[in-house]
Amino acid sequence: MSIQKLLIANRGEIAVRIIRAAREQGIATVQVHSAADADSLAVQLADDAVEIGPAPAAKSYLNVDAILAAAQRSGADALHPGYGFLAENAAFADRVAAAGMIFVGPSGDTIRLMGDKVAARKVAMEAGVPTVPGSDGLVADLEAAKAAVADIGFPAMIKAAAGGGGRGIRIAQDMAEFERLFPQASAEAQAAFGDGALYIEKVIERARHVEVQVLGDGERVIHCFERECSLQRRRQKVWEEAPSAALSQDVRLALCESAVKLSASVRYSGAGTLEYLYDDATGAFYFIEMNTRIQVEHPVTEWITGIDLVGEMLRIAGGAPLRFRQDEITLRGHAIQVRLNAEDPARNFLPGPGTISDLRLPGGPGVRFDSLLYSGCSIPPFYDSLLGKLIVWGEDRLHAIDRMKSALAELEIAGIATTAPLFRALVDEESVREGNVHTRWLEHWLETNAAKLA
Amino acid sequence: MATKQILSHLPGVFYRQPSPDQPPYKSDGDPVAVGDTIGLIEVMKTFHEVQADSAGKLVKFLVENEDPVMAGQPLAELSE
Repeated sequence: MSIQKLLIANRGEIAVRIIRAAREQGIATVQVHSAADADSLAVQLADDAVEIGPAPAAKSYLNVDAILAAAQRSGADALHPGYGFLAENAAFADRVAAAGMIFVGPSGDTIRLMGDKVAARKVAMEAGVPTVPGSDGLVADLEAAKAAVADIGFPAMIKAAAGGGGRGIRIAQDMAEFERLFPQASAEAQAAFGDGALYIEKVIERARHVEVQVLGDGERVIHCFERECSLQRRRQKVWEEAPSAALSQDVRLALCESAVKLSASVRYSGAGTLEYLYDDATGAFYFIEMNTRIQVEHPVTEWITGIDLVGEMLRIAGGAPLRFRQDEITLRGHAIQVRLNAEDPARNFLPGPGTISDLRLPGGPGVRFDSLLYSGCSIPPFYDSLLGKLIVWGEDRLHAIDRMKSALAELEIAGIATTAPLFRALVDEESVREGNVHTRWLEHWLETNAAKLA
Repeated sequence: MATKQILSHLPGVFYRQPSPDQPPYKSDGDPVAVGDTIGLIEVMKTFHEVQADSAGKLVKFLVENEDPVMAGQPLAELSE
């Protein structure tokens, strides 16, 4: 039974993206919003809008009862959670299903399984997918941890099983430091996540971040190739591209096939991303975790494959089988996305809300702009700083970088500071043009180049 | 008795304590030195400390914990 009326339980650019995908399929849209987002672009574009609470997310976008009540009142038969907020909350997915609605994503049980990092590692190992060398599951105490780290070697990461988003991680360079940090990490994980369980992983130095997009219908899983997101600041991605500049065709196929195998082993349904570290020095890749939702960087995959990922999520959730065979998914050209955040790169990326006084968008072949912006709109201080994403396509990577450069020159977002100056500098940077980067590269670069970003 | 105000330097949400399970930075009547942290402003999921730019005694807070505040809005009143 296909979806008739979709409630969007999110905000910002992804809400706009979901409304567009729904509209193309003749699905009516209901946008829930906080009091602070009453004038947002998503509210203006949706067929219907329901206010669910005051500005703080805890009282609106994370308020499950208010969201479900809005869904019931508006007669929505499905709910798209977007990313962030409740998108990977298994109990929420269960509540949506129990209320008789379709949750656009995998089941609560799949979210629960893959959201537990230790369980996800085990699923990967059982599927024959390489994981970062580490402890065999949780380590019970310091003695067990020391035995595990003796096998793995240093530097080693102490990670909280319940951690995420870069939180709950300690890095030890040697055994003395390890013995000192382990109890700290346990206490911190207990305090921060209510769960002190820890596991150990080897640190892969100079790693690249690569990730594979998959689509599944519960029976069959296909991949839509990989993305590379090595340019990060404080473990937050800022520049993403597809395909990866680093992989040989052989490694690409092995990586993508491993992602399909892993997802198929849990009979995955919906869009998902499997994140890996890729070691340039050895050519080895290691599974780290799976995200059971659409991701911010999905447009680069859409562009190199020609597949509307959000549209396919809606079709699959509505009960349709996958429309594509693996051999129908082909990779063409190169796509790059940069994240335009309301942050001032000249002031250590200080976030700054405000009002958009003027907006001039780039255009022409190979240019896409997904955003929450319109001239005169106000950017509230209550949510994350993502304003929008500039995405370009080129016949090859350098063509895409040159298009990004001219698109950035046309772009003007007036009234607030944005991260555009960072990308205007990066498109001319030799290491970026050569694709010679790793996950710590940008932070090193900023140490000496931040002053240029005014 | 002259009074001074501590202003918010950012728009966002004001918090009086470093995290929900810890005590407030300052209570009414506490002495305040230059550079003392009196609260946090959360803006776009990042946290920034609010520091006193003059010394005195904290008479009272002018906003509640978790209140939305504007840049330039008075947060607390100090007496000399």
